[in-house]
Amino acid sequence: MAIIEQPRTNVALPAGTGAPALVTPKEAKGMFARPVEPKGWRDWVFTVDHKKIGIMYGVVAFVFFIVGGLEAMLIRLQLAAPNGKVLSAEQYNQMFTMHATTMVFLFVMPMASAFANYFVPLQIGARDVAFPRINAFGLWTFVAGAIFVNLSWFLGGGADGGWFMYAPNSTKMFSPGHGVDFWAFGLQITGIASLTGAINLIVTCINMRAPGMSLFKMPIFTWMIMVVQFLLVFAMPVITVALFLLSFSRGFGGAFFDVKQGADPLLWQHLFWIFGHPEVYILVLPSFGIVSEVLPVFSRKPLFGYKFVAISGAAIGFVGWGVWAHHMFASGLGPISVLVFSMATMMIAVPTGVKIINWTLTMWGGKLRFTTAMLFAIGLIVEFTIGGLSGVTHAVAPSDTQQTDTYYIVAHFHYVLFGGAIFGLFSGFYYWWPKVFGRLLNERWGKANFWLMVIGMNLTFGPMHIVGLQGQPRRMYRYDESNVHARFWNAISTVGAFVLALGILCFIVNVVITHRSKNPAVKAPLDPWDARSLEWMTSNPPPAHNFDAIPTVHELDEFFHRKYAVDHETDEIKQIATAEQIMAEQMAHAEKDIHLPSPSYWPLVVSLSLPIIGFGVIYSHILIAVGALVTILGLFGWSMEPSVATKDDYEPPAPTDDAIKELTA
Amino acid sequence: MSTAVEHASLGTDPNAEHTEHAGHGNSHYYLVALALAILTGLEVLLSYIDIGAAFMPLLLTLMMIKFIMVVLEFMHLRKDAKVFHFLFWSGFLLAIAVYIGFLATFKFFLQP
Amino acid sequence: MSTAAVAEHGTSHDDHGGGHGHTSTGLSNNKLAMWLFLGSECLLFGGLISTYMLYRGRHVKGPGPDQVFSIPYTSVSSFVLLMSSLTMVLAVAEAQKRNIDKAKLWMTVTAVLGATFVGGQVFEFTEFYRKGLGYTTSLFGSSFYTLTGFHGVHVTVGIIMLMATVGMLKSNKVPGDKAEVIELVGLYWHFVDIVWILIFTLVYLIPA
Ligand code: HEM
Repeated sequence: MAIIEQPRTNVALPAGTGAPALVTPKEAKGMFARPVEPKGWRDWVFTVDHKKIGIMYGVVAFVFFIVGGLEAMLIRLQLAAPNGKVLSAEQYNQMFTMHATTMVFLFVMPMASAFANYFVPLQIGARDVAFPRINAFGLWTFVAGAIFVNLSWFLGGGADGGWFMYAPNSTKMFSPGHGVDFWAFGLQITGIASLTGAINLIVTCINMRAPGMSLFKMPIFTWMIMVVQFLLVFAMPVITVALFLLSFSRGFGGAFFDVKQGADPLLWQHLFWIFGHPEVYILVLPSFGIVSEVLPVFSRKPLFGYKFVAISGAAIGFVGWGVWAHHMFASGLGPISVLVFSMATMMIAVPTGVKIINWTLTMWGGKLRFTTAMLFAIGLIVEFTIGGLSGVTHAVAPSDTQQTDTYYIVAHFHYVLFGGAIFGLFSGFYYWWPKVFGRLLNERWGKANFWLMVIGMNLTFGPMHIVGLQGQPRRMYRYDESNVHARFWNAISTVGAFVLALGILCFIVNVVITHRSKNPAVKAPLDPWDARSLEWMTSNPPPAHNFDAIPTVHELDEFFHRKYAVDHETDEIKQIATAEQIMAEQMAHAEKDIHLPSPSYWPLVVSLSLPIIGFGVIYSHILIAVGALVTILGLFGWSMEPSVATKDDYEPPAPTDDAIKELTA
Repeated sequence: MSTAVEHASLGTDPNAEHTEHAGHGNSHYYLVALALAILTGLEVLLSYIDIGAAFMPLLLTLMMIKFIMVVLEFMHLRKDAKVFHFLFWSGFLLAIAVYIGFLATFKFFLQP
Repeated sequence: MSTAAVAEHGTSHDDHGGGHGHTSTGLSNNKLAMWLFLGSECLLFGGLISTYMLYRGRHVKGPGPDQVFSIPYTSVSSFVLLMSSLTMVLAVAEAQKRNIDKAKLWMTVTAVLGATFVGGQVFEFTEFYRKGLGYTTSLFGSSFYTLTGFHGVHVTVGIIMLMATVGMLKSNKVPGDKAEVIELVGLYWHFVDIVWILIFTLVYLIPA
């Protein structure tokens, strides 16, 4: 495993070119001096370090979790009692649309990116991702897109077509404001971020593994992330097409959804769900990966059927492409399509069931430690299974025809999204916090956090099954007092939502007190959980170059195998080394002269040019040209800049190797 | 997009396949281009004459032959590593499968 | 595994500081990324082509495909694009033989052929517009212009990339392996060409 993108001075010169081939940084840096060793905030803004980028992804995503959560609270307040007056009908439409958009695209997806960015390179023993600057570009592009979508609140109101934005309902005729335009272009921008990020991570997994780490020695989290990135690479272009069709219809009068001209309203639905179903696995598989790391560690057993879990993850990803129309059973698809998609949907329950069984068997007979991370992982298994079971009831098309567009569906997808995706992410927070920040989150606040969230989510979403089956329609902005059942259960739901919010507040409090605390006990030991995988084989937090010496991998769960071995006489597993000893070994063999990729302005420039184009599409076409020009200039600057700054980028110039040798001699 | 692709500044070239190509001269490429031109001519010819039910299958086969020829010969995939095959063809085949399914739900293939 | 064994690993790979660009597979990161990107693009163009196929027969107003398409004209411009793939592959071949000057020449020829194709497309569009097919006229019009327009933009981006690479080669501003940069541009260019192979047959030659 080599240092990435290190330019070499002894380049083999192509014959016949005459002039020396290597560009000097002076020539390359173009108009700005390169930010080689920035300090303070600049160190973060221009960084290309995957760990800093991961942390920033996490922070921004969490901010949007709060935004989406506040939107959810407004929804629940509106429905707390009959004839709610908190929101008008228009505002309600905007609220649930933006709530869902925020949660899906601006929280769960980027939070998964945060974990992926931080831990994939560490888990495979790399010094960074394959394309560090593209990584920075992905982050800032996501931030730009996320802000762009939410600007609509201040510029005439948010999008109001529901998170799947069915056209023609979302065309100019039915949604004349700019909300949908902001939504469409904003998601286009975050889509670019996802696509580039996905390509980057796949290449990282393929090409940057430590020596000895074959595909089936990769930690399971990395595996799930890789599957997700493949889904992204192939699903994002589909939503791109759909969003372009929508934008062109709204902006330039394209006829795609004009039924008078003979348009088929199912066109959007198909394109959206061809993307949308892989998307739900994009949301949940990273969390599956996280709990597949957490459960073995806190059960003190290897993951049961590692290969099965890896392969069933890939299988879910693959079959996930063949079930999209189960979101459309009630749209008049025709009996054959319904039959085919119904069967495919039931099939996908099989690999999902495999995972649940593997997790359960991982815990079976293990020495369980009920830390907060473990509780969240167990919570995921339970709540996700409930959501999965109601999911199977939708797979039966006749039954789904009754359930679709009722609160039963809302209940289902919150059990899988909140109980699946979110619980997994929280498990990851508690498990990896010491790795990232060198501090242990408080377990007592953690338990409060967990139990309030579990109780809260079941109180909120459990009753939705009931009101749903009683016929309460989804996206209903109010109901009247005559409906006694609706009154009772909706009030319970709203109470539940507040309990949930309290749980999340506990998490925030936990973070604050952990980082304020002067108590030396919060400082994380090197290996706080007795963990198994490579990311724990370095300090907390890891140094910029991740590993002093890149480890050679011999086993799945390499770190565990370096700590423990089977004693051949007694047949018992015995500790042979401590984490500290392993770390010391590494430091003793530290590699010298590690060159990391250098910070750069260009990713930021290119990212920021994209919303300019977006404003151009919405307000004035001249801005499109301006934005495109900035993009092109940015790309030029980028492509002429070597990845690692060389010595004369420094001010004053860094000492040469010879000078250093003289000094140290 | 590709200007944005990071130019890994590898002085040495890890891909031995470059020297391989240098082996056979450029005449190979001219031959492929000639074949492509002839196939295109055939396609256009087909669209002018009436050969009944064989038209569509024949036309689509010619199209696919051209497609695959460019990918294997001009894009050098034939001699390149398996991963590249995997990455490209999985996208291509997935696209075909998904969009055929998509059109099928519109009863596209049942039209006269 | 003993600590002694660990110590052994620590020293068993001493090439890290050197930055040889050793990757797990020995392949170039850039090429992997490019192929993956092209795989992804298949789904983009697949969506646009399918939308067109679905809508090509739907024109309440304005002309249909058979009334506007001129097969001889488009055959010629398709041929031009097809041949630009030949010149591109020749550029790559020269670059790999380290004949950068010849490679620059072939790339310029490729860009000119590409520009000819785009010019032809612009002319074709104005011609169709004259015959009454605007972007908003019908489902056929919208989906036709969107599909071919997207392809045209891809060709244009390719031309910019070619010219930029030629310019950067001239002023020696390509960081890293030149042959590889040219190969990457080539991959993109060929992809744009194979998409047109599909479009030419599916859109123009199959009667609606
Ligand atoms: C913080 C706790 C949450 C509460 C209290 C909550 C509440 C709600 C409610 C009541 C609705 C239904 C609105 C309606 O149909 O009228 C809704 C819709 C939705 N929520 Fe949540 N939600 C929460 C978290 C999440 C999370 C974490 C996600 C995804 C990761 C999510 C995704 C969605 C989606 C996709 C919809 C559908 C919106 C639509 O109909 O277009 N929610 N939420």
